[in-house]
Amino acid sequence: MAETLYYRTASELSRELESKKITSEEIVRSVIERTKAVDGSVGAFISFDEDDALARAKASDERRSRGRELGPLDGIPIGIKDILAVEGQPLTCASRMLGKFVSPYDATAIRKLKENGAVIWGRLNMDEFAMGSSTENSSVKTTVNPWNTDCIPGGSSGGSAACVAAGEAPLSLGSDTGGSIRQPAALCGVVGMKPTYGLVSRYGLVAFASSLDQIGPFAHTVEDAALLLQAIAGHDDRDSTSFKTDIPDYRKEIEKKRGPWKLGIPKEYFGEGLDPEVRKAVQAAVEFYRSEGCEIVDVSLPHTEHAVGVYYIIATAEASSNLARYDGVRYTHRSPEAVDAIDLYFKSRAEGFGPEVKRRVILGTYVLSSGYYDAYYLKAQKVRTLIRGDFLKAFNEVDALLTPTTPSPAFRKGEKTDDPLQMYLSDTYTIGANLAGIPGISIPCGFSESGLPIGLQILGRPFHEGDLFAIANTFEQAHHYHAKHPELK
Amino acid sequence: MAKDENGIDIDYVANLARISLTDEEKERFSGQLGDVLEYIEKLNTVDVSGVEPTAHAFPLENVWREDTAEPGFSVETALQNAPASRRNMVVVPKVVE
Repeated sequence: MAETLYYRTASELSRELESKKITSEEIVRSVIERTKAVDGSVGAFISFDEDDALARAKASDERRSRGRELGPLDGIPIGIKDILAVEGQPLTCASRMLGKFVSPYDATAIRKLKENGAVIWGRLNMDEFAMGSSTENSSVKTTVNPWNTDCIPGGSSGGSAACVAAGEAPLSLGSDTGGSIRQPAALCGVVGMKPTYGLVSRYGLVAFASSLDQIGPFAHTVEDAALLLQAIAGHDDRDSTSFKTDIPDYRKEIEKKRGPWKLGIPKEYFGEGLDPEVRKAVQAAVEFYRSEGCEIVDVSLPHTEHAVGVYYIIATAEASSNLARYDGVRYTHRSPEAVDAIDLYFKSRAEGFGPEVKRRVILGTYVLSSGYYDAYYLKAQKVRTLIRGDFLKAFNEVDALLTPTTPSPAFRKGEKTDDPLQMYLSDTYTIGANLAGIPGISIPCGFSESGLPIGLQILGRPFHEGDLFAIANTFEQAHHYHAKHPELK
Repeated sequence: MAKDENGIDIDYVANLARISLTDEEKERFSGQLGDVLEYIEKLNTVDVSGVEPTAHAFPLENVWREDTAEPGFSVETALQNAPASRRNMVVVPKVVE
């Protein structure tokens, strides 16, 4: 039995734990064995702590045997992007800068998972400091796409997506600043959600661009993603941008909300640059919703073409400020070559940061520098207002928007590494949601002829995650793409 | 001035960012960032007159809490990741002569 456990959904595992058909220790052992068998080729994990995971699994079984289980996630292993603080565990952000860092505290999302009895399982690879769309900017290792190991898994949460796709964890957490959950979820054929800005506390999430970053779930199914979001959502005194709002029971929302919905198709997301196979798969999904009785309406988000430009000004500006803390003084890499205090900054940062991080810090510093602030940063913030307005206007008319998650299926390793602009443009369809602060989910909606997954993105009103789960679940239940898994050695 | 004919005065900006770059990095980044800036120039076609800037997607007000002491890190915990420490302090190169 153990060998088949690792591809079960978290909801199935949860039910079997509840009926005492299996133990958390069996699940965790199965996931550990699977990881040891396939991660040599997948490369999703930067590190894992087997003893800690098994101890948590045994504690969960102990609780359950005494009738004191803590909820549906009790005993379920969850992989963690290496950007979230877990007390006593390393946190590298896939950067040499934090090569030896050990977290002295738990992120709020991690604390909540522990309070729910979840088994924290491993540290997942990513683009350095979450800057990238292919996980090729990791300074630690390469992660591949489990569906085709010559292709990238997407990024920046590439490890989080690949580990779920490869059966190395039924659930994982990632972070999404411009698409870093939804894009790798689409490319690896799993479900990934970026919640509304402010729904999940960012305390203990290493900051990249503070006005855009959100933590969110990866899962095999929509129901599983809802289960994981349920555990981590909610106001936190330690994040002043976390919102005070009632959190609905997402799984009940899925049950209760059956549509039909009014769904918008933004024409700007189906223009030049969209791969024909992706277009076909997404259009088929649109037709599915129409056949379910949904009203399909054409809408326009006229400022979409500026989203990438606005994003690369705002995100790099915020990053250049956030990453100023990596100064070689208190908790980071320190250059042994430094001759004085100022030189310590220059050399520690030169040695600690990889090329993409340097590029973005330079760009962010430039757009904030004297004489350019108005032309770039202030201008971008104003266009951000217009982009957000486009979405809010569309949501006056429709319940949600249907779009492709990415312009193409997974591209090949090395294809875009020398051309940052082309890499940035691969985030075209996901960036808008971060700028507007709205939630978005990517679910599998088909495969290319070469067998690579394709993602459907559903974007919704702020704090209406329940609607997105319900809409996504309708498609999933009729298609069962989530039951397909890649063949790995 | 931070801009030369290629787009960015890389030495000036790298100095502001406190990152030393090799000559090879300077050349490569100048070209790549030049491409990105050229792309970003497209924003100049947008009319933003009368548009307020958005710093955060949702309106935020400052959040206050009572000024009461709460448990924090022990000295050992606070220093556990320091590259060099001595007598409960982080050791740094001499700042003043």
